[in-house]
Amino acid sequence: MSEKIIRVLVAKIGLDGHDRGAKVIAQALKDAGMEVIYTGLRQTPESIVETAIQEDVQVIGMSILSGAHMQLLPPVTEYLRNQGAGDILVVSGGVIPKDDIPFLKEAGIAEVFTPGTSTVDIIKFIKDNVS
Amino acid sequence: MFDKNKLAELKEKKAAWKKSLEKSLEKRPERKEKFETDSKIPVEPTYTPVELEDFDYLQDLGLPGEYPFTRGVQPNMYRGRFFTMRQYAGFGSAEETNKRFRYLLEQGQTGLSIAFDLPTQIGFDSDHPLARGEVGKVGVAIDSLQDMEDLFTGIPLDKVTTSMTINSPAAVIMAMYLAMAEKQGIPFDKLGGTIQNDILKEYVARGTYIFPPEPSMKLITDIFAYCGEHVPMWNTISISGYHIREAGSTAVQEIAFTLANGIAYVEAAIKAGLDVDGFGPRLSFFFNAHQNFFEEIAKFRAARRVWARIMKERFEAKNPRSQMLRFHTQTAGCSLTAQQPMVNIMRVAFQALSACLGGTQSLHTNSYDEALALPSEHAVSLALRTQQVVAYEIGITDTADPLGGSYFIEKLTDQIEEQVMNYINRIDEIGGAAKAIEQGFMQKEIQQSAYEYQKEVEEDKRTVIGVNKFVTEYEEPTGLLRVDPTVTERQVEKLEKKRQERDGKKVAEALKELRSVAQTNENLMPVILEAVKAYATVGEICGVLREVYGEFQQQVLL
Repeated sequence: MSEKIIRVLVAKIGLDGHDRGAKVIAQALKDAGMEVIYTGLRQTPESIVETAIQEDVQVIGMSILSGAHMQLLPPVTEYLRNQGAGDILVVSGGVIPKDDIPFLKEAGIAEVFTPGTSTVDIIKFIKDNVS
Repeated sequence: MFDKNKLAELKEKKAAWKKSLEKSLEKRPERKEKFETDSKIPVEPTYTPVELEDFDYLQDLGLPGEYPFTRGVQPNMYRGRFFTMRQYAGFGSAEETNKRFRYLLEQGQTGLSIAFDLPTQIGFDSDHPLARGEVGKVGVAIDSLQDMEDLFTGIPLDKVTTSMTINSPAAVIMAMYLAMAEKQGIPFDKLGGTIQNDILKEYVARGTYIFPPEPSMKLITDIFAYCGEHVPMWNTISISGYHIREAGSTAVQEIAFTLANGIAYVEAAIKAGLDVDGFGPRLSFFFNAHQNFFEEIAKFRAARRVWARIMKERFEAKNPRSQMLRFHTQTAGCSLTAQQPMVNIMRVAFQALSACLGGTQSLHTNSYDEALALPSEHAVSLALRTQQVVAYEIGITDTADPLGGSYFIEKLTDQIEEQVMNYINRIDEIGGAAKAIEQGFMQKEIQQSAYEYQKEVEEDKRTVIGVNKFVTEYEEPTGLLRVDPTVTERQVEKLEKKRQERDGKKVAEALKELRSVAQTNENLMPVILEAVKAYATVGEICGVLREVYGEFQQQVLL
């Protein structure tokens, strides 16, 4: 029996240009057999939701190191729900202080991966949680 | 360099020594199979004159302050003056950042370095829809000249030198600095500092581009020409490898891609009709000080030698100052860990030491809490103290290039130079840096190195204390800096007020003039200066240029 291939959208949200992490994760997910679409820089919550629906992904992974996560991440899950795509698994990573994580989880971000996280853990999380 | 007979004798001895070493390894094997630097240069168990057979002191090193400047750009280096202690800082509003600047100066910092927020760096005003959530976050929000004036309240511009990390809108921010100097009554020829003004690495690694390459390069050479004439002590560009390294490159790639970009700027300036010995002395560089201690030191030395040769041989620069590679260093942000963050203090200290042993002109030391947030006051003062210890307490600043002549350092310097030249030749074959970037050559090389680095950490081939070794419980640092969430609101209010107060007619005229000059080949600096003096905003000026020049579309590579 073959498993269904997981499709992931890796996105850089906001104006932040640090894409090392996003690209490394994208490559690691690919090597783990997932199909990965990478958005490039300067995505808005709206553009990410639109691409996610168009590309029919099951997972969105957003990278943000600019400190704008509290303002930019919650709208993504909100728009997804509004578009009837609330079942897409949304995770994020970047420079995000621990104290901010409960708020983000409350807003529907399933997991927040902070610096030093192994790609193995991220891959496992996605495989375990994708619907 | 070495006596032939003695070298032959040593060769024999070394061969015998190697044999006996190999034998002893059967009993006492080494810690790992391969020893190599971050750039994958193999590291031998020891280095002797045998490895430096072709070493030619005068040709390869010269004396400090002399071509090819391997040993440093000044004859007595830090015996005259220490490196400038320059912490990159900025967050929230101009007023908040002014407070941090004054604090740093009180703590003994000797130069300023402005971090701008992302909307400013991408040419948007604080009320632009894409500025959502980003105002004042990674740097200070600057909309109009008013903000720059507030940023420098109580800081006379002839008493400090200022570095400004601004690229696409560099001409606008430079013009604001000049307008401010005029208001403070300080002549332009008394101003010292640096504007980053390096667009090529934005396309490669840092991401704050606005315009396509061609008009971007024109803006850059406009700054070269204008400052060459009016602001002679200003460093008109800081050709940056720092961000290339942070994006995951090796040490060799950092130097190779930076110098290749440097070649592109020199070619563009010559093409624009400028004299290489006119703008050459004002070119400056910016590098990363990473973890592999000796490779980093050799890297700085090799960079100086390669650039001197490029300027002299390729561009026929005659002025020694055009041949000197002067650089700023920042310790490696990407080497900091969120786990056991106090350990970062040690990492930063060693990195700072390598920068000074490598002959840096100025230094930023990172704060231990930067994998978590912008630095707190406590963390940044410790970081500054770290470089003060390096400068004042441990004696490494008393002689130029103290490691010069070390067999290992000299061998590494040669090997880095060779590998850097291989890359530069490849980039020349592609058709230069701009072409190589367009084709994604640099980006792919960096991406590959970044991915390998991550895999090495995950496969325990590379040790990161607290992440894959000596992992223990640790205390989260307290007192992390939080940017005041009301900053957007306050900044937008201030901007709206300024738009009301200023002479709208004057602004409209200045922007109209800007639009018309932007369609010609004339230097844009004078019209931008007029526009900022009328309090036209960063967003308004860049908006006009966006309309004339269009916007760069990133090619998504994976």
